[in-house]
Amino acid sequence: MRAFGKRLGMLVLFVALAGAIPAFAAERHLLNVSYDPTREFYRDFNEAFGRYWQGKTGDTVVINQSHGGSSKQARSVIDGLEADVVTLALAYDIDAIHDNGNLLPAQWQARLPNASSPYTSTIVFLVRKGNPKGIKDWGDLTKRGVEVITPNPKTSGGARWNYLAAWAYVLKRELGDLARLKDPAQARAVEAAQNKAKAFVAELFTHVPILDTGARGSTNTFAQRGLGDVLLAWENEAFLTINELGADKVEIVVPSLSILAEPPVAVVDTFAYKHGSVDLAQGYLEYLYSPEGQRLAAKHYYRPSLPQHAAAEDLARFPKLELPTIREVFGTWRDVQRVHFSDGGVFDQITKAGK
Amino acid sequence: MAQGRRLASAGSDPVRWLLIGVAVLFLTVFLVLPLACVFIEALARGPAVYWRSITDSDALSAMLLTLLTAGVAVPLNLVFGLAVAWCVAKFSFSGKTLLVTLIDLPFSVSPVVAGLAFVLLFGMQGLFGPWLAAHDIRIIFAVPGIFLVTIFVTVPFVARELIPAMQAQGTDEEQAALLLGASGWRTFWRVTLPGVRWALVYGVILCNARAMGEFGAVSVVSGHIRGQTNTLPLAVEILYNEYQFAAAFSVASLLTLLGLAALVARSLAERLQRRQAALATAATLSE
Repeated sequence: MRAFGKRLGMLVLFVALAGAIPAFAAERHLLNVSYDPTREFYRDFNEAFGRYWQGKTGDTVVINQSHGGSSKQARSVIDGLEADVVTLALAYDIDAIHDNGNLLPAQWQARLPNASSPYTSTIVFLVRKGNPKGIKDWGDLTKRGVEVITPNPKTSGGARWNYLAAWAYVLKRELGDLARLKDPAQARAVEAAQNKAKAFVAELFTHVPILDTGARGSTNTFAQRGLGDVLLAWENEAFLTINELGADKVEIVVPSLSILAEPPVAVVDTFAYKHGSVDLAQGYLEYLYSPEGQRLAAKHYYRPSLPQHAAAEDLARFPKLELPTIREVFGTWRDVQRVHFSDGGVFDQITKAGK
Repeated sequence: MAQGRRLASAGSDPVRWLLIGVAVLFLTVFLVLPLACVFIEALARGPAVYWRSITDSDALSAMLLTLLTAGVAVPLNLVFGLAVAWCVAKFSFSGKTLLVTLIDLPFSVSPVVAGLAFVLLFGMQGLFGPWLAAHDIRIIFAVPGIFLVTIFVTVPFVARELIPAMQAQGTDEEQAALLLGASGWRTFWRVTLPGVRWALVYGVILCNARAMGEFGAVSVVSGHIRGQTNTLPLAVEILYNEYQFAAAFSVASLLTLLGLAALVARSLAERLQRRQAALATAATLSE
């Protein structure tokens, strides 16, 4: 029994040492807290950035990744997940990091080009091979017997883009020209169109059997578990699913109009200063705008903000479609969040009415 | 034995076979098939992929963290379980029922709630958050948080196994030892502990299995940083979500093997105990 006591003592010592070792490691560390469908892109990008930074400064960089639903990730950062940079699905989630805990300044979005979105994306449809339900555009999603898979807009950034894209489609259909939204003389027509859009989105969500919390969960529901007829997916996620499952199982349908999704990036000042990694974090995000960063983004099916740096064959894969921005259709993300996704907002109203 | 066989054959044959069939079918569908699936999927792309998946640096660090977590949670719960079971079984005091209820709390609280409770305590917006941040102590989204929630969810295992054993043991032998002049400490090592050692072994094995397998509570406080705060169960989920199915099942098979090893250890312990009991009976009879 005394030997046991000694062994226990050694175990405790070992545990203490094992805990202490990483703290004294020499390389520089960076934590990138990101959303779901960026895993494959950042795996490549981190490798490229590591080479670039080592060439520039001689330091080796270890980049740690954390992935999950965008809002959930923002919540973790607010609760103390010490991200040096966040690369999330939409600006509001980074606004939330400012609002709760003030971990970065309110004007964060002005610090990098293109409203801090180094790459953009959009929402497309993924259907079963041969498109058995004949889905061509948003209007077909509410046909009888069509089941639609999307994550929950309350927890998933991608799902909010899905919702807004559907809304924008109806506004365009009703108004003909989205510029009329800003014209005070058209107020009555705009209001009628908004009501139509609300009714359409409400009906759309009655066709959704399962609301997963994140984009990757929905993709697995659709692709692995074989549920639903249409998956509303990030463009890059849709391409990736085809690569993983094979083009003989699913295919992409591009609607006439979708939304320009601008996933933003930001340095989390409080944590970057605390870790002494502001230069590294800044360099990391700027490298996203470099020719290599842009090339990799396009390779992983993100639409580069500087297309001249991307490979022509990568660009050729992006279908052409009308892509209005959030600002053109809805105003700021704070407005969108307040009107549509806050507690008691439009999304809550339509899902309650549907039950 | 002979009587048992006669009793069993008293029932009609079809009923017997039906019952056996139902039991076998149930076990196959709910236990054997899922377990087999894990290993089949893990080896679906060949042993080379399997080996690469389980020796991947992220998988290795997840395994290390899982073992480390069990290495912290199990000894602490061993000491705590012994102390609390001893108090509850050998003494009566006011608040005893409350103490027993508190030990059972982690059984009845959902692990996710447990995780969130720790976030509310130690998270940046939580009760101790500002103080911890000011002193640069990281608990949530770091390794200490994983230790804490694992200790929380595994608290009942050792104590729950020990309390009935110690109650059955009674206090007579201990009192005799004390009267004969043994010190309290010596009485504990020579009389109390040997009497409950098998219950202790069971408790430790169960506690260890849960500590390595815990998902919900750890998921809430982990932050999911690869290579740092991912345990094996979290690594399985991440790999699955990355379309790396063979790798996900390979890591899952590791976890399964760890669980099976715990079960084997438990049945070995049981066999050893039976043999010792038989020897003891034989010794008493020959006296």
